[in-house]
Amino acid sequence: MKKLFAVTTFALMGLALNVQAAESLKILTWKGYAPQELVEKFEKETGMKVELTFTNNEEMIAKLRATRGAGFDLAQPSQDRISSVQAEYKIYQPMDYNKIKSDQIIASMLEAVKKNTKVGEDSYGVPFCYGTSGLIVNTKLAPEAKDYSALLDEKYSGRISYRLKRPTLIGLAFASGDDPFAKYSDPTAYKALMDSVAEKMIAAKPYVKNYWSNGDALLEMVRSGEVSVAMGWDNGGWKLHGENPDIDFVAPKSGALGWIDTFAIPAKAKNVDGAYQWINFMLRPENAAVFSNTEKYATASKDAGQYLDAEVRDNISRSFTAADIDNIKWYPPVGAEIEQMEGKILDMVKAAN
Amino acid sequence: MKTHFRLGLFIFLTPVLLWLLLLIVVPHLELLMMSLQGKDDMGKAVWTFANYRHFFVEKIYWYTFVRTALYAITVTVLTFCVTFPVAFYITKVVSPKFSGFLTILLLMPFWVSELVRVYGWMILLRESGVINHLLVSSGLMDSPVEMLYNDISMLMGLVYTSMLFMVVPLISALEGMDDSLIEAAHDLGASPLTIFFRIIIPYAAPGITSGSIVVFMLALGNYLTPKLMGGKNSLWFTEQIYNEFIASFNWNQGAAFGFLLLALSSVIIWFGLKLSRQELGRALS
Repeated sequence: MKKLFAVTTFALMGLALNVQAAESLKILTWKGYAPQELVEKFEKETGMKVELTFTNNEEMIAKLRATRGAGFDLAQPSQDRISSVQAEYKIYQPMDYNKIKSDQIIASMLEAVKKNTKVGEDSYGVPFCYGTSGLIVNTKLAPEAKDYSALLDEKYSGRISYRLKRPTLIGLAFASGDDPFAKYSDPTAYKALMDSVAEKMIAAKPYVKNYWSNGDALLEMVRSGEVSVAMGWDNGGWKLHGENPDIDFVAPKSGALGWIDTFAIPAKAKNVDGAYQWINFMLRPENAAVFSNTEKYATASKDAGQYLDAEVRDNISRSFTAADIDNIKWYPPVGAEIEQMEGKILDMVKAAN
Repeated sequence: MKTHFRLGLFIFLTPVLLWLLLLIVVPHLELLMMSLQGKDDMGKAVWTFANYRHFFVEKIYWYTFVRTALYAITVTVLTFCVTFPVAFYITKVVSPKFSGFLTILLLMPFWVSELVRVYGWMILLRESGVINHLLVSSGLMDSPVEMLYNDISMLMGLVYTSMLFMVVPLISALEGMDDSLIEAAHDLGASPLTIFFRIIIPYAAPGITSGSIVVFMLALGNYLTPKLMGGKNSLWFTEQIYNEFIASFNWNQGAAFGFLLLALSSVIIWFGLKLSRQELGRALS
């Protein structure tokens, strides 16, 4: 018994030493944004230990707000969720663009993100990847699903799934012929619009199978044929297309919703150098291509195109016509009061019978 | 000698007190302060009851609150109905040789985490799941039906996840009961029903009470099971709190909801104790 105890103690001590030896880089990110292959490569290159925490936009903000920007060295919020949060809670530190190898990044996208994440004199974000939200459709079971309105269609009763989150509200508002982004600055008009959207969602609630909250669970339901029309991210639809040609991502007629996810450094990050190294590493063309090839997201890295699989390049041309691309609605920065309003509307939808 | 003893007590008590103070009392005080704060029109932080008033004005919050409470009570009753026969069988019917083995069998599923157990149920019940597959392939049903994402599957999940916390106090309460009490009642001509209600239930009452309290609290404070198994209609009050904190960034409102939930559970338990004429101290000892 004593011997066992001694062995365990030594083992634990060894473990503790190991952890201390390597400097760690704590990243708060989305699932799939740091493929294992790249993590290992980065660890070998720099000797740092990468620790990943997977989350979503809302939890990212809540986590950093709770610690006032401590506990993580790097976060990956969407570009429209940075400026208002930064103005109110000050959870990020200004990005030093001199430390970013900006010639690796698509110039127009970097400029757009700089502009959208600007608070006062400083900007806070560097683009990492982009994509759209739209419909993931089983074209055999639901050949006519071309717009968000399919999510409310009785035809697909019991075969519909979407997230009870703001993109759904916004997509349905676009589908009703309105422009919610134009109403961001007018909360009263925005609320009226969203109330009418909620009314439609409640009326069509019996047709919904469930509200998904986990991307993998959604893909599993579409894969098994339980769901034929879903709102989701383009890369999910493309992943499934590789397994089953009947399933694909469809850019909705009223416009896919375009997002850009970024790198932002929390205010009290400990390993700031490591964070910049990771940003430059991930946007290096060959590494960005590894990420795009495995996860099917489009990268903000400029020269990654030559390393991409043909299949990944085909995805975009298959799902988007030139007109569809022009019609993508890019999220403008969103204010806190808009998000609060949406939160309550979504609660109402969920509670309704 | 006496001071020496006190010092020892103090040393051993300190970790517990620190734990209570730092991890329970202080965060609660901060939440309480947060729940009483809000922003005025100028965006400045002020003291206010608005967060609590909000709860009483908005119908949807009320609705979820009452729904959650009623379902938690239902879960408690159902759990009792399911576990009592099991506990009785293990302690009174089966030979003592096997009772330990059976108890272990009962505990076994609880060695894995709640999340895994809930996913297990989801694999069984989903439309393309195991049960549907069996029913369809054996010809009992023509096409699979969705058994998940409704209130019944949610209740079942909640009962399942909290069974252990009812069965253990019941077993320990019934174990202490002398079989001759039941035999004597039989000899004197009591019917099984009378024996059950006049002898067994009163004897097991402290176990029932403590089990019920734990199960009720667990069901009321559960977040995972209603969200995963309940699906689209299952807005649980804990989810509402989560939404206020995470989705709406409104920590003040979320804190107020948290305290309302605390008050609700305390009131219901107090009421339950009064109704069953039990005492908290005795039930928990």
